Amino acid sequence: MDIRLDGISHSYGKLEVLRDIDLHIPSGRIVCLVGPSGCGKSTLLRFVGGLERPTLGRVLQMGAPPEKCLNPFTFIFQDFALLPWRNVRQNVSLVLEDRGISGAERDRIIADVLERTRLSDFEHALPRQLSGGMKQRVAIARALAVNPAVMLMDEPLSALDAQTRAHLMDDLITLWERQPFTAIYVTHDLAEAVRLGHKVVVLSRRPGLIREIVDVDKPLSERGYVDADLERIREYLWDMMREEARAADEELFNV
Amino acid sequence: MSDGTLPGGSAQYEVRFRGGGFSPSSKRWAGVLVFIVLIAFVEWGTRAGFISNLTLPHPSDVLATFGELWDSGMLIRHLGPSLGRLVVGAALGACAGICVGILIGLFSYIRAGIGPLVAAIFPIPKIALLPLFVIWFGIGEGSKYALIAFGTFTPTVVATYGAVDNVDRSLVRMGQSFGLTWFSIVRKIVLPGAMPGILSGLRISLSIAIILLVAAEMLGAQYGIGAYILEAGSLYDLERLFAGVVILSLLGVLTSGAITLIERRLLDWRV
Repeated sequence: MDIRLDGISHSYGKLEVLRDIDLHIPSGRIVCLVGPSGCGKSTLLRFVGGLERPTLGRVLQMGAPPEKCLNPFTFIFQDFALLPWRNVRQNVSLVLEDRGISGAERDRIIADVLERTRLSDFEHALPRQLSGGMKQRVAIARALAVNPAVMLMDEPLSALDAQTRAHLMDDLITLWERQPFTAIYVTHDLAEAVRLGHKVVVLSRRPGLIREIVDVDKPLSERGYVDADLERIREYLWDMMREEARAADEELFNV
Repeated sequence: MSDGTLPGGSAQYEVRFRGGGFSPSSKRWAGVLVFIVLIAFVEWGTRAGFISNLTLPHPSDVLATFGELWDSGMLIRHLGPSLGRLVVGAALGACAGICVGILIGLFSYIRAGIGPLVAAIFPIPKIALLPLFVIWFGIGEGSKYALIAFGTFTPTVVATYGAVDNVDRSLVRMGQSFGLTWFSIVRKIVLPGAMPGILSGLRISLSIAIILLVAAEMLGAQYGIGAYILEAGSLYDLERLFAGVVILSLLGVLTSGAITLIERRLLDWRV
């Protein structure tokens, strides 16, 4: 199932946030959205996920979601959004409970996603007992449980330290290789973008426009932690964004 | 450098620790100790004579009165109806309060409509309305239930909708993004998230319920802790008066302990 963003513009009152965004997200690819802070990348993600409505334009899903897909557009949040009163297993179970999946089938799905995220030994732990990286893995397991057609990742690694980030990036790549998923990945970290993205979409500062779409052709499995090809692309992206990022940083909040 | 000087010749001092305090820890014996010291002091004072017998009774006499009360079976006669009134009244008030509080927390129209009404009812001293309740609900148990329920209702409402307001919105958004039904979001995300606030509200509401219990029983009740205290007061029977007060205090400690137990069970997920 492909996704198309069709002429999306958005403003909060007089403040124009996004202008004329046209974007095609092909099935089975990871598209990274980068841009200076406040350029509306997370807002764009919420439009795709149906949590907010754009002032103008539409988000189109091309074709029906795959058969077994329970929740086509599934978010992974920066702050993990785990229920602190439910343990790992119950947090995953939460998203299956409303779908009429019970008993053996639910157990099977939970066991499968916990195994894929290497959490099988921690199913009875409460969120407060887990490290940031583990919490995000629980959130990923929860997302996998509903078999999403598109993963909407809103800076999923930004709340984590550098080592954990590197580990989770490897985890995400392993997951993708095992079963390629479609994802829109919002980040402000260019290293993440070039490591995970098949396409990197650069948004400009407010109002957010698409400045350029950079393809990263190297297959995910061949990309390394330190990689000269990726480094070149990263530098190219940074040169494009440098000035705007500084200007965005010095802006006052008046939303 | 152990001689206290650096190679440069300047003196060496240990950094002063200044991070202590502001972190209460559980020291239960201190509370018990305060009680024991206070009671011992009064006992000694009344026996030695510098506390007049008109101001305070001997604590030992209060204990003896308490024993008599137990032996004669009057304790149960008085405590039974009181507990019944407390349980029925507080349960009615708290349940209604939690329901209304959740509705106010969830729906803007109800908030705009009922919110000011609750704010208007809150400061009314419910005891002042007792005669009115007697007319509305009769001189029997009805007016007592109503008074206690009404008194518990308003603080519970305020605590509950504050707690609902404080539920992490990102969790609610998560629920929506996974396509949970509205009812599921309320039951599985909003309610558990508001539970800490609701319980600490209940702690206050239940103390108010005990205060109102006595007020209600001072008017037209034959049995009950309130009636007992009122009777002792009008006879200036200090021993019985204090025995009654002690029962109320114990009741307060017990309800507070019960809330603590519930908190420990329901909120074990908190740090």
